[in-house]
Amino acid sequence: MKSLLKYFDGYKKYLFLGPFFKLLEAIFELIVPLVTAKIIDTGIGNNDKDYIIKMGGIMILLGISGLAFALTCQFFAAKCAYGYATSLRKSLYKHINTLSHAEINKLGASTLITRLTNDTNAVQTGVNMGIRLATRSPFLIIGAVIMAVSIDLKLSLILIGAAPIIAFIVYKVMSKSIPMYKQNQKRLDKVSLLTSENLEGTRVIRAFSRQKEEIDEFSSTADDLSKHAVIVSKISAVLNPANFMILNLAAALIIWFGGIRVDTGSLTQGEITALINYMTQISLSLVVLANLIVFFNKAAAGANRITEIFNINSSLTDGKEDIVATGDTVLEFSDVSFRYPDASEESVSNISFTLKKGETLGIIGGTGSGKTTIANIIPRFFDVTSGEIKIYGKNIKEYKISSIRKMIASVPQKVSVISGTVAENIRMGNKSATDDEVIDALKTAQAYEFIEKLPDKINAPVLQGGKNFSGGQKQRLTIARAIAAKPKILILDDSTSALDMTTDLNLRRAIADLPENPVVIMISQRATSLKNADKILVLEDGKAVGFGTHDYLCENCEVYSEIVEIQKAGE
Amino acid sequence: MDILKKIFSYTKKYSKDLAVTIIFAVIGVAGSLITPILTGKAIDYIIGKGNVDFKSVSKTLIFLCLAVIISAFSQWIMTRSTNRLSYLTSCDIRKDFFVKLNKVPISFIDKHSKGDLISRATNDIETVSDALTQCFTQFFTGIITILGTLILMLIIDVKIALIVILLTPLSLVAAAGVAKASHKAFTEQSEIRGKLSGFTDEMIKNQSIVKAFSYEDDAQEYFDKLNSQYRASGFKATFFSSVSNPLTRFINGIIYAFVAMYGASRVINGHISVGTLVSFLSYANQYTKPFNEISGVISELQNALACARRVFDVISAENESDDSKLAVIEKSDGSVRFENVSFSYVPQKPLLQNINISITPGQRIAIVGPTGCGKTTLINLLMRFYDTTDGDVVISGHDVREVQRNSLRSCFGMVLQETWLFKGTVSDNISYGKPDTTESEIIEAAKAAHAHSFIKRLPGGYNTIIDENGGNLSQGQKQLLTIARIMLTNPPMLILDEATSNIDIRTEVQIQKAFEKLMKGKTSFIIAHRLSTIRNTDLILVMKDGNIIEQGNHKELMKKQGFYYNLYASASNA
Repeated sequence: MKSLLKYFDGYKKYLFLGPFFKLLEAIFELIVPLVTAKIIDTGIGNNDKDYIIKMGGIMILLGISGLAFALTCQFFAAKCAYGYATSLRKSLYKHINTLSHAEINKLGASTLITRLTNDTNAVQTGVNMGIRLATRSPFLIIGAVIMAVSIDLKLSLILIGAAPIIAFIVYKVMSKSIPMYKQNQKRLDKVSLLTSENLEGTRVIRAFSRQKEEIDEFSSTADDLSKHAVIVSKISAVLNPANFMILNLAAALIIWFGGIRVDTGSLTQGEITALINYMTQISLSLVVLANLIVFFNKAAAGANRITEIFNINSSLTDGKEDIVATGDTVLEFSDVSFRYPDASEESVSNISFTLKKGETLGIIGGTGSGKTTIANIIPRFFDVTSGEIKIYGKNIKEYKISSIRKMIASVPQKVSVISGTVAENIRMGNKSATDDEVIDALKTAQAYEFIEKLPDKINAPVLQGGKNFSGGQKQRLTIARAIAAKPKILILDDSTSALDMTTDLNLRRAIADLPENPVVIMISQRATSLKNADKILVLEDGKAVGFGTHDYLCENCEVYSEIVEIQKAGE
Repeated sequence: MDILKKIFSYTKKYSKDLAVTIIFAVIGVAGSLITPILTGKAIDYIIGKGNVDFKSVSKTLIFLCLAVIISAFSQWIMTRSTNRLSYLTSCDIRKDFFVKLNKVPISFIDKHSKGDLISRATNDIETVSDALTQCFTQFFTGIITILGTLILMLIIDVKIALIVILLTPLSLVAAAGVAKASHKAFTEQSEIRGKLSGFTDEMIKNQSIVKAFSYEDDAQEYFDKLNSQYRASGFKATFFSSVSNPLTRFINGIIYAFVAMYGASRVINGHISVGTLVSFLSYANQYTKPFNEISGVISELQNALACARRVFDVISAENESDDSKLAVIEKSDGSVRFENVSFSYVPQKPLLQNINISITPGQRIAIVGPTGCGKTTLINLLMRFYDTTDGDVVISGHDVREVQRNSLRSCFGMVLQETWLFKGTVSDNISYGKPDTTESEIIEAAKAAHAHSFIKRLPGGYNTIIDENGGNLSQGQKQLLTIARIMLTNPPMLILDEATSNIDIRTEVQIQKAFEKLMKGKTSFIIAHRLSTIRNTDLILVMKDGNIIEQGNHKELMKKQGFYYNLYASASNA
């Protein structure tokens, strides 16, 4: 958590100035009961109206300067909290961007998002509240006690005795209810999960006529949530009434014993009033302090979770060299094996092949045979477990990761477009692409036919998740994006599954005619799509069970010929 | 106003809690208002050296203690019943919301963003629940306190009370001003916060393409831009709202000072006692606090009303038409007819036009055509997820609009491309359509769907918990589970909408065989991209732009050398 302190750079002065001004306000606030006592004892005692008005004027002045100091403090607090959290958020996002797939997959996207948003907000609130309240409440409490002691030591014992009781109750209630609130948050998450599942599955649920069961399950979850919410609220319901009671009973004690001391002449009426005022101040401050502790708890938890992320570093070490195209052999796998972190078995084992400029490699195989894994290790999303991947004859670990990714463009199985415009999406891998180049890429990807029909053409908006495009359209956009990057290696991971046969064929022809003549790696479940590839790799359970041309494999590879047979039989 | 009425109609059920809340709120506030009077009175009996009326002091203090204890007890009871009231009410609203989601026409759900509906079911209802609690604890007691204080002050001393009343608008103006300024800033802040988290969400979930295209720097640039916007608006909102506390304290201080000055001079003139002044000062001290709280609560109530409106917009949506009195399809014979069916999702864009299909029991029908031609829409009409715009769908001799939906839908077994699994065990997911099934039947179905071998290898076998939306399974595995689900229910008719699109070809062949066994003698509808999988069907409907442009079996269509022929040729020449 200490490591998060550096983000206060530039705002440190506020950390001191804010509380300082708050302190000034608190001091002024403590003086008020003294002034009241003076009005009662001196003003009323001497029938001195001028004195009373003078004192009243002082009160108003105290109020005005108190307001000015408080506002100064609030201003500094907000400035500091937001400045701090902004630079924290910025660095955290930067750090997340440096993490590799291995770390991000392990952590999961949702927790990273929570840490970047909710947790930084909690820290921000903690800083803000800390500056505003952390000094004021303890100071008011201590100040009130000192003032009370200076008025009457023995009577102030009552007040000193009451404070710990209130503090204890506040602490008990908080420590019992906070963990319960957390559990309730989980129950609320379940409510949201059930709603989400219900909406996603609405057709299936109705097809099976299971609405009633769905409703029953939801009802019992909702009941569980409200039942527990009621239980927690019963605990916190004790807080304010108990506080009120102790405060006033203590006041009664002060009056009683105060009466005795006034009778003997060692105390005045006004001083009793002042003591009761201090009592009130202490109890109010204790409640504020308790709330502050809640904020701090949340902030500390958030800070811890943020630090955790900062402490994770990318498992990939960057290379130093830039890629220089030399020779004809672009990509080479030699005896490559890969195992996902935490997995017990290898996803691919002992894969070897070489690809020359302009060659196409087809990869075919069943679900879970390791096809996508190969697509993931070429751009170094993961490091191979053993063996070597070489680009232009050099191990890819020697190159800068950014330069590897600039020469490779891949179209993942899961289509993902970002919100913005069509052109912005296409330019993701090539910022400097001209409008004509964007259109060319769209044409090659067979996407221009529908983009052309949109009112804004390539500047048409893309909504989050590409909601305003169909699955097949999105797929073609992602292909266009990869083509626009003018890669030396183009990877298509089952990227035509949502396209009809004619479009698929046209697309493959257009890719074969690309002027840049890239190496193309095409993953597919259809043998027909791969028929014309220069080399085909047949995978089963991560092992190469066949490698060669279509004709060669038909003769020599059982798995491949079986796939072809089946598809032929269908045709 | 309408929305308030709706919310309070939910509290009717808990009128006992409501009554308890109101009664004890009044008692609690009364007790807390009497306390300063008694304190003041007690102090009045302590005049000076040798001049203390201990008897009266002790009597007053006993009253004080009683008042304090009764008030504390009432406050406690009130808080408890308020909480109960608001949690149970929001629970009821939430249940109604969910029930409604299961009763509205599918078109309602298709039209709304899912994230938005989920947010209404959780965040919005939570906000309403919090607001209900605050409405009673702070708003209601605040108003009672203000009124009570005013009345008591008027009773004790009219003139000092008038000073307080004259100064009151100051609090109101200040509170309203701060609330207005910070409300605007808060709205702006939450908008930008929404943008910021939307952006992060998108970039982190799509990190594979961010990395693949080295988009990190651009993303960071945009993030920084949003981040500094957030900072500017957040600073404004936080600062404005934090003005309210010191400002109230200040106004409080002013009122206090005036009461002290004027009150003290009245003591000197002998109009009131010192004790009365002390109780007045103590009132003045508390008097503005409720204003502050109320102004805080009002902005939250406004927010809650907006949330409640969003919730009730759904709850008051129209249900699917009532079908409880309609006939039930006892046993489906498997015949299906579309008679002059036209359909459109939006009136301006006609989709299906005058479709006529007649299917005899046991036929296998394939529907092919380019993306967006209306294939899935046919299924929506068959299952009556949507009603036709014109024309009739007749199943097993019944117009679909004249039978109960559940009995219609149970005639079909449906496997969709978009797999749907819920958080629960593999067994639960397979037996979803037939909950009272034995384990061996489940395994049987899994075997038929060729899912048994991968299920066996899962860490917990059939008892493995499937993550939210099947996160721990591959697309293909998810599809196998939904197929197993249908194998188990063994329905009279089948709909397979791209049911095997994510499954590798060899497994697909095996599943086809299983389907064939399942489909024997049953009417079935198959939508597939891979033309190879539909060659053996009895009837192929070729759709384009919402019309059936060709129909017949494979041989006939090939002979025709039309659209289907071209589609097929391009597929096999590839």
